[in-house]
Amino acid sequence: MAGQTLYDKIWNQHVVSEDAATGEALLFIDLHLIHEVTTPQAFAGLKAAGRGVRRPDLTLAVADHNTPTEGQAKGLDGVTDEAARNQLKALTRNVAEYGIEYFPMGHINNGIVHVVGPEQGRTQPGMTIVCGDSHTSTHGAFGALAHGIGTSEVEHVLATQTLRARKMKNMAVEFKGAVRPGVTAKDIALHLIAKIGTAGGTGCVMEFRGEAIRSLSMEGRMTLCNLSIEGGARAGLIAPDEVTLAYVKGRPSAPKTGAWEIAERYWQTLFSDDDAVWDEVVEINAADIEPTVTWGTSPEMAIPISGQIPDPAKMSDPVKKTAAERALDYMGLEPGADLAGTPVQRVFIGSCTNSRIEDLRVAAEVAKSGKVAEGVRAMIVPGSGLVRAQAENEGLDEVFREAGFEWREPGCSMCLGMNPDILAPGERCASTSNRNFEGRQGRGGRTHLMSPYLAARAAITGVIGP
Amino acid sequence: MKAFTKLRSTAAPLTDKGKLMVNVDTDMIIPKQFLKTTERDGLSEGLFHELKTLPDGSPNPDFVLNKPQYRDAGVLIAGENFGCGSSREHAPWALLDQGITCVIAPSFADIFYNNCGKNGILAITLPLEVCEALAGQAGGSNSVFEIDLETKVVTTPDGAEHSFDYDEGRREKLLKGLDDIALTLQSEDSISAYESQRKLSTPWLETAS
Repeated sequence: MAGQTLYDKIWNQHVVSEDAATGEALLFIDLHLIHEVTTPQAFAGLKAAGRGVRRPDLTLAVADHNTPTEGQAKGLDGVTDEAARNQLKALTRNVAEYGIEYFPMGHINNGIVHVVGPEQGRTQPGMTIVCGDSHTSTHGAFGALAHGIGTSEVEHVLATQTLRARKMKNMAVEFKGAVRPGVTAKDIALHLIAKIGTAGGTGCVMEFRGEAIRSLSMEGRMTLCNLSIEGGARAGLIAPDEVTLAYVKGRPSAPKTGAWEIAERYWQTLFSDDDAVWDEVVEINAADIEPTVTWGTSPEMAIPISGQIPDPAKMSDPVKKTAAERALDYMGLEPGADLAGTPVQRVFIGSCTNSRIEDLRVAAEVAKSGKVAEGVRAMIVPGSGLVRAQAENEGLDEVFREAGFEWREPGCSMCLGMNPDILAPGERCASTSNRNFEGRQGRGGRTHLMSPYLAARAAITGVIGP
Repeated sequence: MKAFTKLRSTAAPLTDKGKLMVNVDTDMIIPKQFLKTTERDGLSEGLFHELKTLPDGSPNPDFVLNKPQYRDAGVLIAGENFGCGSSREHAPWALLDQGITCVIAPSFADIFYNNCGKNGILAITLPLEVCEALAGQAGGSNSVFEIDLETKVVTTPDGAEHSFDYDEGRREKLLKGLDDIALTLQSEDSISAYESQRKLSTPWLETAS
């Protein structure tokens, strides 16, 4: 029998039943993360059908998408947007009714769902994890099968603790060698997406492999897996190792002594066998990766920071050409010009991609070198209450304030503009988030995705640059 | 979920400078400000909001669904990787609310594709050249397409027929409008058996919360 991939192993461990005729399986879900935006209709559906939540103990709720990132102490009544307030209150009512653990806005454990799960030790290797949010792929950093689902599926998981799923394809993304100094997980991800395109991983689970991946911290691995979805793959995976275990150990929901040893033995079996069969293989020479920034309106429109903005006239693919013309028009950029030197008005450091302590430490180092440039508004939004508290313990908040950055409260913030943090039309933003789609951060807003280091540099210099 | 068997309707091509739009993302299909609802209905207001309105909020006369001859289209034709981005089911809900129950494109993003099937929307994958040919036939009010899920054939206004592939399991559910949860609850014994075995094989997960 041929060897198995990590994905095969996790899949097999979780199949409740399988319909051979249709290829559809019922997959047991170990952890269901929920938030205010993609659940109200699911709870309403449950209620209408007279169904309950099967495993509230395997469900964890946070409020993150809609929450304002200042004045959280005022509570939900202080949320000025009525629709957002209603949605947050609906979640509060629903979790109380069904007995689901909930970290509400303002709670020290509250934050972005994909920061909170790992931080609490709820995210563990070998698990199946779903959430009504496409960046659930983040948790793949622990060697957990984790992906986004729609609201109908949220309702299905609430009612049955299973998901109807079809096996996806196995894609190996092999990084050869080590990355150059100064190249971060964000650069690795943007480089990969630029190479394979935003549909490159469609239908696949991507496993990131090789020395460059092994050398990443858990924060870096989460950044990379977070962006799998931007490469079209619903899930990304990195096999657990001693870095993973060291991160999980001692967290509130991690297995305690005794159970830990049993869990550890199982986790050590979670890797792709040498003779595993891959449906697709992508190879990347890690030394080729440079600090990378997006220039357009899709995450695949990314180039090295030292590069020139592509010229649609030189593109042979008519589809890419039309898309590039539209993107340049929207972004207000000239083909052939250097990307470096482009002025920004806003800087956003945060989101489920880059709002963890390591990201903030990198940004703070840069912040020590100067002041936020004239005409630039720069926001730091920690990923959770705990990240915020840790940063404050380390004095990072002082460094940021001193340099002229705004030090905010946790939440999704300007990543998706569902809360008061948005761009004005035409404003250009250096952003550590995950999507540069038209209007994503506010209608007419122009987003350049980049690492926390480059975003902090842009804040200080006022321009995109190395 | 409403069943999908056969649809006779006009079709609207989503184009930019004459080319089918690629990578139409979920933020484009329905932007964030419309996600704060706790209902599934009424989302057509937000459908393609930034494409269909001008910066001052007035309707963009050039947007296809604003043109009278396409306003009632039940079919949408687009380019590759339609529905990429977020998992928001508000995207198919907005299409449904607009009366669009069939989307035809060369490829779809996984989560969006899945969400369509759960909401009675038929997402059909056809090669780019066929999608372009279909778009060429989408002339508005008098150009009626027929989409038959029984036979898996799209018939264009000029009578040309295009067969498409569609997963049998999904097809069965869509044809009958079946509710996944009711189906799964029939497997209650299997789920309980799995849970009992799980307590033994991965006991630490039982006490994780």
